[in-house]
Amino acid sequence: MELLFAAPALPLDEAGKYVAGAYVVFVVLLVVYVAIMAAKLQRIERDLREVAAIAEDRKAERREEVSA
Amino acid sequence: MYGKGLRPLSIATVAMLALSLSLVFFYAPLDADQGFIQKIFYIHVPLAMVALVGFIVGGVFAIAHLRTDNRKWDAYSYVAIHISVIFGVAVLITGAIWAKASWGHWWVWDEPTLVSFLIVFLLYATYYPFRYAIEDKDRQARYASVFAVTAGAFVPLNFMAVRMAQSLVHPRTFATADGGLPGEMMLTFLCSLAAIALLWTTLVKFELTAKSASGQVKRLRRALDAPVAGGGSRIAPEVS
Amino acid sequence: MTPSHAAFAAILAKDLRSELRTLQSLPAMALFAVTTFVIFRFGLDRTSLSGSLASGVLWATLLFAAVLGINRLFVAEREEGGFDAIRLAPIDRTVLFAAKVAALVVYLVALELVAVPIFAIFFLDDAAGLAPLVAVLLLTDLGLAATGTLISSMAVNSRARDLLVPLVLLPLAVPLMIAATGATEPLLSLGGPSYDRFGTWLMVLGLYDLIFGLVGYAVFDFLLED
Repeated sequence: MELLFAAPALPLDEAGKYVAGAYVVFVVLLVVYVAIMAAKLQRIERDLREVAAIAEDRKAERREEVSA
Repeated sequence: MYGKGLRPLSIATVAMLALSLSLVFFYAPLDADQGFIQKIFYIHVPLAMVALVGFIVGGVFAIAHLRTDNRKWDAYSYVAIHISVIFGVAVLITGAIWAKASWGHWWVWDEPTLVSFLIVFLLYATYYPFRYAIEDKDRQARYASVFAVTAGAFVPLNFMAVRMAQSLVHPRTFATADGGLPGEMMLTFLCSLAAIALLWTTLVKFELTAKSASGQVKRLRRALDAPVAGGGSRIAPEVS
Repeated sequence: MTPSHAAFAAILAKDLRSELRTLQSLPAMALFAVTTFVIFRFGLDRTSLSGSLASGVLWATLLFAAVLGINRLFVAEREEGGFDAIRLAPIDRTVLFAAKVAALVVYLVALELVAVPIFAIFFLDDAAGLAPLVAVLLLTDLGLAATGTLISSMAVNSRARDLLVPLVLLPLAVPLMIAATGATEPLLSLGGPSYDRFGTWLMVLGLYDLIFGLVGYAVFDFLLED
């Protein structure tokens, strides 16, 4: 395919820097967003772990009461 | 179930983004008058268009909220606006980079679209302090919806007014040496637009899924009579 | 159900009477405007203005005075429990909206009756542009009143209400300012008033008034239910 061969020689002068900058900004913002969401997910995971522990404790208590 | 369909959506988004980037740098011809700098448009303009549509979608969700009184629409509205504001930051920064590259200044008042976008952004930026200032959750949701509807109506009007204020309008069309919009550029642009639109949808769904998950955890806690961890957001509506 | 026009007139009259009785906001707004003119005289180091400078100074001042005053006009109502009384009354909400907008228009006109002549005396060399300016003033007042009523009705129940109204109202007012200054600048130009795009700008103002009037009409119900 001619696509690869038609690629313009990427100018590493002024223009290239600006274009790269623009796309980098986009990527950075995206990654920052993902990082923030990752933190939220970690919180949810931690919460779920706690809640699961509470539920298991309850279950154990109830079994003790029944057997006692 | 908000997470349903999130995986295929994200895969489609990644594929589209990869395709668009390839098209931008390997396929689209060089612009006759802006040269390589014009390539910024393939990221800047789709981001802007999607953000603006996102704001209006937020307004539509707000109308649904007001009519049905179902809080989920408020959550949708909030997330739509939130993601669009984030896209808006990207629009303004990439716009400034383009301005610096083309005109030598980090900001130009000559571009009516960029200026209109700034005003719209400034308005939606007030959405957060506005929500924060209203304590009662019910009222906050209702008023936020009114805000979203008003702001949604504002967007087209603002663009029209700012455009009219320009005495010299620089038509910003893509062109090669032959003039006019060549097919390759249009194709590339449309692909980028589709990719960014998919990205917006994915992020909105993603955010709603995360909110839903933490809403379910709260629900579990309440069912178990366990202490509900404090630290719910003052402004972000809960999803359950 | 109280017939709409009777309710409208009653609420409007009540608002005007209450402001007239206490005179909390109007004199303050007018004073603020005049003092701002003085600040502009020194800030710009000009004793006479025309064209875009005159238009800008006039409209920026009017806008800021309006934004600062709009809040006060609603806060007094809330503190006196006015909203509760109205909510209980069998009046169509949208009539309430229309009445509030009308009251706000009256306040803004009152402000302008003081501020504009003083502006002319301070800065304008010839007052020929003032007559057509009235049309611009009225249409802009309507727009400011519609959006102002909407925003301050919501802000009144919030915590940072003094900051919230200016914060949210200012971006919303930008198209009004664009059209108002667009129409005013040629009116106040050095060689006498010109009507370049006058009709167009008036139409933009009208469009804004229409759109936000409709939006307010549609959503005002939701602001009062509690």
